[in-house]
Formats: sequence, C-alpha cells, structure tokens
Amino acid sequence: MSFDVYEYYSKLNGGDVLMSFKGNISSELISNVLEVVESKMDEYNESSKIRKKVYNVLVESLQNLYHHIEELPDEMNKEYGSKFGILVIRQEENMYKISTGNFISQDKVDVLRNKIDKINSMGKEELKDMYKFILNHQRLSEKGGGGLGLVDIARKTGNQLEYTFEKFDDIYYFFNLDVYIDFSQ
Amino acid sequence: MEALSIEGTAKTPSVKFDGQEGVIEIKGRSIPENSIEFYKPLVEWLEEYSGTPLDLTQVNVQLEYFNTSSSKCILDVFKKLEAIHKGKSEVIINWYYEEDDEDMLEAGEDYESIIRVPFKMIEIVE
Repeated sequence: MSFDVYEYYSKLNGGDVLMSFKGNISSELISNVLEVVESKMDEYNESSKIRKKVYNVLVESLQNLYHHIEELPDEMNKEYGSKFGILVIRQEENMYKISTGNFISQDKVDVLRNKIDKINSMGKEELKDMYKFILNHQRLSEKGGGGLGLVDIARKTGNQLEYTFEKFDDIYYFFNLDVYIDFSQ
Repeated sequence: MEALSIEGTAKTPSVKFDGQEGVIEIKGRSIPENSIEFYKPLVEWLEEYSGTPLDLTQVNVQLEYFNTSSSKCILDVFKKLEAIHKGKSEVIINWYYEEDDEDMLEAGEDYESIIRVPFKMIEIVE
C-alpha cells in the first residue's frame, strides 16, 4: 500500500500546533507563514534567542521546499496541486518541532539520505568547516539555492535532523524532515 | 559616482552605498528565495567604485536575519571589498549583531575567516 500523505499530515497535527499548512509552496505562502509565526512568537513572549532560531530554521526549511519541490506528473498534480509540500510547527515539551514533507523521485533519495547522514555524523566544528567550504566553493543555482540549508539548520539547532522516506509509488517517495529547536539554548 | 539607495522590504534589506562618503550600509532582513537578483546591482556598484575608491571605506552590515541564499551573495559583496582593500585603500567591515545573538556573531566570524579585510564585531545592546 502506498504512503498516505493526508493521514501522515493529520497525525502531525495532533498536540500543540503553532501553524500547519499543506499545499502549494509559493514565495507568498512563505511570507505569510513567516509573518504569522513571528506574531505568534511575540504573543508567546518567546525569548529573542529562540524566536530568531525558530525564524531562521523556518526560513531555511520552507525555502528548501521551495527550491527542491519537483514537478509531479499530471495525475498527482490533480490530487495534490502543483508544488505540493506540507509544513507543521508544533510546540512540544521543551522544544519546537518543525516538520516538512514533499515528494521526491526515487533517483534522488540516496543522495539526500547520504547528505543528511553525513551532516548528522558531524560535530559543531566540522559543521562549521563544511558550511564555510560550501559557502566559499559552491555557486548558487539559478533558483538561488546554495546547498547550505540543511547544514545551516543543523548548525543553528545543534540537533540531529530526523527524516524518513516513505515509498509512495514506483517513482516517488515522500520525504519527511523533522527539525527540533530546544527551548534551553 | 551616484549613490545606490534601496528601501528595505519584509524579505530584503535597505541599502545605502555612498561613494562620496565612502560609507556602505546593508541593514534589515535578507531572506529572499533567490538573492542573486537583489545583490546584482550591489556587486556592480562596488565594481565601479573599486576603480576610484576613497582612502577609507566603512562598511556597516546590520542584519536581523539572512538566509543561506543571501549568505553567498554577501560573500560576493565582501570579495569585492577585499579586492579594494588589497589595493591602496583601506576597508573596514563593521558587523553588527544583537545582544545574545550568537548565531549572527558566528556568521560574522565565518566571513572574517574567509575574507582578508579587518572586521569589527559590534554588539547592539538595547
């Protein structure tokens, strides 16, 4: 049986949800989400340090989606709409959890998995060196992505990037990424 | 040469490049999805300025947020400044960060270790 995106999304939506969205990840959507989350963090009187971390990680998470979402075949577009992605921001005990998800074609799974595993195996100093190396040596893509988003998220949160790849059909997987930001920094 | 002045938006910083005074300022948020377009005129302005720079160029960078797409473009701006500094002119980069914003301080230190221009880290205390 193929992975049920909607069931996954509704499960994520349990508990203390700050914001959730599923659908077309556009530049306008990103602006709106950032605005809403910023005002909610104000409401919560969150410390400026945590506020900034959440904001930064959210920008990178959403823009990773924006840059990497693939064109889906027509029958999938009909069901999910174009540039489909999901986002759920939850408050858990002692941490914020930012979950994102998007379809990814099978041939890209290994590269992404290896990249995340490599990032997760690195300590603070190694991540810093990796960030600086990519910053100084890799050019921006036409769309403006620079391959730095995940490294930056790992550096700023100091936590492991948790992920799963769920098989959707013969060509596509659904990639879920969970990022945690601790309250005590 | 004509000054470059750009108003800030929710996703892009305000920019004031003044060739007469030798003061270059980037302030606010830099989080556009694609930063190349935004930073292109800045790099071009510096290219022209590098022909006849003042003896001292002061650079003030005061960013509240910047994304990784911008980080590469900011490096391009700094590389232009490095080229100016390599010549006869002096360049100083003042990197502002808010109190407790260790990530922003660290980001400045990353640039400082890549770019051969003196950096001054300045904490903004409220």
